[in-house]
Amino acid sequence: MVTHSSTTRQTTGRRTFETEVLVIGGGVTGAGILRDLALRGIHGLLIDKKDLCAGASGGNHGLLHSGARYVSNDLQSAVECREEGEILKRLAPQCIDNTGGLFVSVEGDDEDFAGKFPGFCLAAGISCQEISATEARQLEPGLSASTRRAFMVPDATVDPFRLALENVAHARTLNESIYRPHTEIISFDIEAGIIRSALCRDNRSGEELRVIARQYVNAGGAWAMNIAHLAGCRDVHLLYSKGTLLVTHDRLTKRVINRLRPPSDGDILVPGGTVSVLGTTSLRTESLDRVLPTVDEVNRNILEGAAMLPALAHTRYIRAFSRVRPLLQSVGDSDDRSATRGFALLDHQSQNLKNFCTITGGKLTTYRLMAEKAADLVAGRMANTTACRTAIDPMPGGDACRWTEPGASPKYWYQAHNTEDTILCECEMVPQSAIDQIIHCAPGAEEDMTLEAIALRSRAGKGPCQGSFCGIRIASYLYDRGYYQDRTGLIHMRDFFNERFKGQRTVIWGQQMAQMELAEALHCGLLGLDCLEDVCQDTPENE
Amino acid sequence: MNDRVENTMIQEARHFETDLAVIGSGLAGFAASTFALNRGIRTAQAGNTGAVAYTTGYLDLLGRVHNEDVCPVTDPWQGLRQLRQSQPLHPMARVSEDDLRAAFREFTSFISDCGIIYNAPGQFNATALTPAGTLKPTLCVPATMQAGVDALARKARCVIVDFKGLRGFSARQVVANLKDTWPELRAERVLFPEMETGEIYPEVMARALEVPAHRQALAERIRAVVGDAEVIGVPAVLGMHNPDLVMAEMMRLLGRPIFEIPTMPPSVPGIRLREMFEQVFPQKGLVLIPQQKVDKVVFNADDLQLSLSDNFGPITIRAKAVILATGRFLSGGLTAAIDGIREPLLGLPVTQTASREDWYHLQYMDKRGHEIHRTGIEVDDKFRPLGENGQPVNDRLFAAGLILAHQDWIRGRCGAGVALASAYKAVEAVQELLR
Repeated sequence: MVTHSSTTRQTTGRRTFETEVLVIGGGVTGAGILRDLALRGIHGLLIDKKDLCAGASGGNHGLLHSGARYVSNDLQSAVECREEGEILKRLAPQCIDNTGGLFVSVEGDDEDFAGKFPGFCLAAGISCQEISATEARQLEPGLSASTRRAFMVPDATVDPFRLALENVAHARTLNESIYRPHTEIISFDIEAGIIRSALCRDNRSGEELRVIARQYVNAGGAWAMNIAHLAGCRDVHLLYSKGTLLVTHDRLTKRVINRLRPPSDGDILVPGGTVSVLGTTSLRTESLDRVLPTVDEVNRNILEGAAMLPALAHTRYIRAFSRVRPLLQSVGDSDDRSATRGFALLDHQSQNLKNFCTITGGKLTTYRLMAEKAADLVAGRMANTTACRTAIDPMPGGDACRWTEPGASPKYWYQAHNTEDTILCECEMVPQSAIDQIIHCAPGAEEDMTLEAIALRSRAGKGPCQGSFCGIRIASYLYDRGYYQDRTGLIHMRDFFNERFKGQRTVIWGQQMAQMELAEALHCGLLGLDCLEDVCQDTPENE
Repeated sequence: MNDRVENTMIQEARHFETDLAVIGSGLAGFAASTFALNRGIRTAQAGNTGAVAYTTGYLDLLGRVHNEDVCPVTDPWQGLRQLRQSQPLHPMARVSEDDLRAAFREFTSFISDCGIIYNAPGQFNATALTPAGTLKPTLCVPATMQAGVDALARKARCVIVDFKGLRGFSARQVVANLKDTWPELRAERVLFPEMETGEIYPEVMARALEVPAHRQALAERIRAVVGDAEVIGVPAVLGMHNPDLVMAEMMRLLGRPIFEIPTMPPSVPGIRLREMFEQVFPQKGLVLIPQQKVDKVVFNADDLQLSLSDNFGPITIRAKAVILATGRFLSGGLTAAIDGIREPLLGLPVTQTASREDWYHLQYMDKRGHEIHRTGIEVDDKFRPLGENGQPVNDRLFAAGLILAHQDWIRGRCGAGVALASAYKAVEAVQELLR
């Protein structure tokens, strides 16, 4: 089935994959690079030590920035956001909800900043229209009574999971480029300034794999510095900023709501289908592991957010999550929020490597541009003169990628009108046919599919029960299908619940507490998943 | 609601005089009423339906103890002795072994007499089946599940039959997870008669099997797949009001024992218990006002008064003593807010951790269990809730069930144990007070 790449088993028993370009890191940038290269006729292999969007790509607001957020402190980022936002709205509309956005100030906010805001936007070419506080509250009734000024900007929302899946699916269609999840880079084999091969490990099976490519791209996001170190490169300097966000049970606004002040805690609320996402805090961190939300961060987001939307103080939250943003280090930075949100492409010539580059920093909105720059460098190095097409060609919509969209699943299910197609996740109305399709053909599903992987490719487990019921139903459906034939399904169930819990832990109060009590009674009290005698080794705790 | 209808509806204040008021309609509340009825105490029971419908039908005394490690318990009575040492504040540590045995015997014999037969508590835990194909230690199982315990113990030639359209129950899953130790186990699927398409629900199936023709039809379909199996397992759907009769009839039709495996909640065995109590208690003279939340309790010098209301108007209950059996978060006996846990009905002090950060460990399946489950209200040896000063809040106030602090019923597999033990002792103390 593979044309450009080939797999061989050497005498050592270690499998070898051959490809033209190895892309390390399955965030949106890595996925974008895979597609960009494929559009130029270059075959790629994309690997991620976990799965798509496991880092900052999947751990943000899902905000497609108009750029207005950055007008006061990072003009270049603001302009890039504006341009890239327009391109994505045009070419990948299936991943985007063009909600529009509001910047609002409340009593006590810096009036001077509000006064300067339209001028900042004008300089960045971003459309910005002031409306009265009364008009703003008519548009968004949840806004605080103490709203002072309000500006409309062309913010939108984007589903990063679908975006990554579509990029990978398109690359696969174009030239059978490959995405391989749970594959971690271990070391590079370097000879005379050239990386000859990369040694990887399959984190599920522990199997070691060798990848032979002509070019190697490090799109590791926050992990890019560590990956560069493996190749002996000391020219990637990142700061790590931990951000914590909250997901509400209900969608609270139609539009993106930004606090009209210099970026701070809890000042952006972004709708996403049936929910809203509030954030974020910003905390310098040294560590990339065990990045979990704390009660303090959750409380801070709520306190700040409630100044814009009082309902945030008493609404029901179903989840909190934290991710690390990679920020490019420049001299003398004291505040992470004023550090540039721009990106960097390093060709590593200064490190005496000719076929390795690193792309990092940046943000979700500018992922396409980042991918373009990296692919330009790689293609140039391979003497491929085909120009980038991602700003011209629309992103095709893949059937197996459509299940991440909030509200899409009930629509398809209702349209199909098949009473035999039982709903497995009731909160998000995910039917068994969606699970079938994901297992059969969603990107990254080729070798092995866990409940976590299914959840990443659908809305399963994203609703108020956070998977505590549908995890059981999906597992039993997969047993039925013969997909599970031993205790693996129980282990996947346990791991899935453990993983979902990380996001629930700090927002369990009110109705969520009753939900959680029932879930634990079911998972531990009845099914005994807390005492499962493992048939495999425990997976190491790596988040 | 339609205004006109509401206006013409006769709103009548109702008042009940009784000796004991029980607040809460979960296992602890039903157990307290049972013990009170058996002792001839005039009783009224009110309050939200508890989590009974979420139970499996298994009555756990103690399934796990946490010493240095978490160990499964084979002999729960021995486990209780360990518990008294390691967790002296645990509600069950306040109850003697004799009282606990008596509480389980009295309760299981009462419900057996009322039409849902349970085995009497033995010396050892039974190993019972779950819908995931895992095994669960428990003390008392309904008679409809006993053949499963026996079949597992002797690894009998057995077929698990499931039904197309019943989500969350896969016979193949049960078999896949047990086949290593139970090679003679296999899975089959049949269509449930007259529920052949779409999703089907255990409660509806159970009610259908109360009808002989449906049993006939189902037995025919099961007979077609039963092969040489000596015993048959099915999801828990064997009747709602006469499970033992339904099981016996199915057994007669199929010529071999048949047993139930619990399904995902809300499950039939829990609903059975609830419906049975709701039917039997009024017949035995108990005033039962289920499904309604008690709004207020006022203590007077010689008695106390409960206030609540239903669609027909306000209700007051005057009693000499009250047992608070309102459960935990799922039943509303405790509420968790962003800044702490409260007991909403009486405002009793709740023993809890200093910060929300300490409610849960980082790992969901942490073997130690989570601190949140050990929060709750403090009681003395008579199961009287204690105030801030460490003294009983009121001599007429008692508490039973999962609202009590210092127990983790989920990880300890001791939900029924805590409920029955505390209800038994609370009723004993009430009897003493009334004397």
